[in-house]
Amino acid sequence: MSSKICAVIDYGMGNLHSASKALEFVSDNTQVLVTSDPETILKADHVVLPGVGAMRDCMGEIKRLGVDQVVAEVAKSKPLLGICVGMQAMMNHSQENNGVDCLKHFEGEVEFFGNPLIGTQGSEDGVKLKVPHMGWNQVKQVAHPLWNGIEDEARFYFVHSYFVNAKNPSQVKGHGHYGKDFAAAVGQDNVFAVQFHPEKSHKAGLQLLQNFLNWDGQP
Amino acid sequence: MALAKRIIPCLDVDNGRVVKGVQFVDIRDAGDPVEVAKRYDQQGADEITFLDITASSDNRATTIHMVEAIADQVFIPLTVGGGIRCIEDIRNMLNAGADKTAINSAAISNPEFVKQAAEKFGSQCIVIAIDAKKVSKEGEPGKWEIFTHGGRKPTGIDVVEWAIKMTDFGAGEVLLTSMDQDGVKSGFDIELTRAVSEAVNVPVIASGGVGNLQHLADGVTNGKADAVLAASIFHFGEYTVQQAKEHMRSEGIEVRL
Repeated sequence: MSSKICAVIDYGMGNLHSASKALEFVSDNTQVLVTSDPETILKADHVVLPGVGAMRDCMGEIKRLGVDQVVAEVAKSKPLLGICVGMQAMMNHSQENNGVDCLKHFEGEVEFFGNPLIGTQGSEDGVKLKVPHMGWNQVKQVAHPLWNGIEDEARFYFVHSYFVNAKNPSQVKGHGHYGKDFAAAVGQDNVFAVQFHPEKSHKAGLQLLQNFLNWDGQP
Repeated sequence: MALAKRIIPCLDVDNGRVVKGVQFVDIRDAGDPVEVAKRYDQQGADEITFLDITASSDNRATTIHMVEAIADQVFIPLTVGGGIRCIEDIRNMLNAGADKTAINSAAISNPEFVKQAAEKFGSQCIVIAIDAKKVSKEGEPGKWEIFTHGGRKPTGIDVVEWAIKMTDFGAGEVLLTSMDQDGVKSGFDIELTRAVSEAVNVPVIASGGVGNLQHLADGVTNGKADAVLAASIFHFGEYTVQQAKEHMRSEGIEVRL
């Protein structure tokens, strides 16, 4: 049986165990490799750009290791999934760490939730909300193959203090709300990115990862 | 659409077994940590907390293997605490598959450790664990102090001030245990929970004292907790996590069902 390869890009920013274990758990015939080697990444069938920690350190390592060029190459044709800071890194620019230029794959700014952050709707109206946005929140889906088999407004696990304010509404594939509206998922052609952690989001998250491994990159 | 309040089953693990004591003594065996974690995952737990209460440090390798085994099969966030004393301990746990580490006594002996840890790994994976005991008398305004060594040793540190300082240092969440209530099953220390939750801008997990499902709801509604942690009501089959969530929802609390 010919097995496919999914590369999880390792640029030294912490815990990739979760993402790779969850991908392995849902894959039948895909080998999951955690790697920073450009050649391996460019040969893979599917590529994941994860990320945790602060944006300046992330972008610093991404540039130092040449991951920026690898991602740009991958984004031309292969199914590519950004997770959390990996999604934020794909935007134009982040306000974190006094401003950091990012990969500019998607139009938009990464902004701070604010302190204080005051709720604006439903049970959160007028309530002072904690930052980081930590826990299970709903995502309003925009039709895309990566949502297959996942109920609309299903909950996913989020941990973030900065959020994506996407400039191009047609690229928003999932809407989130925590005090303000934010992009929970963005996508264009063969690239998809999520603010939440699918690898920590139980059945819905595992389904999304399985959908990604089965995805041919057609929107 | 709103953020759900979390229910977190807690595994106190001693020498490779889940145990549960009453006020930190009188240990009862509650099973194999990996099996217990899988059960809670299936019941819809929002996270799992694993506290290594083994007295000696000889069994760290066992703990790391268990964390790995849980992380291989359970795809919800996992917090590991107990014996986290240095940057290397945190790295080992994160590499084993933990998402967050809870720091307790090491922060008391060296508060800068929390700052270094948050800078190194990010606030999202640093939880400050606080063991609080009430020191104010009946009728006085609430005051709580941090105790170490299983509740025997006072530190003179005020709990609310400490929670503020530790979150300023970068802790991304507070795990707040009332040692007066722990294992007593008469409910959280609501006044304590509320005082800390209103004082800090990060999520607070209420812990210690849950004996029934209404206690969980009270922790959120009256204590203003962002998450509620319980052990024995789940371990011994009194309630499932699912039942707990259904009860919380009936009380008007947003939960993930």
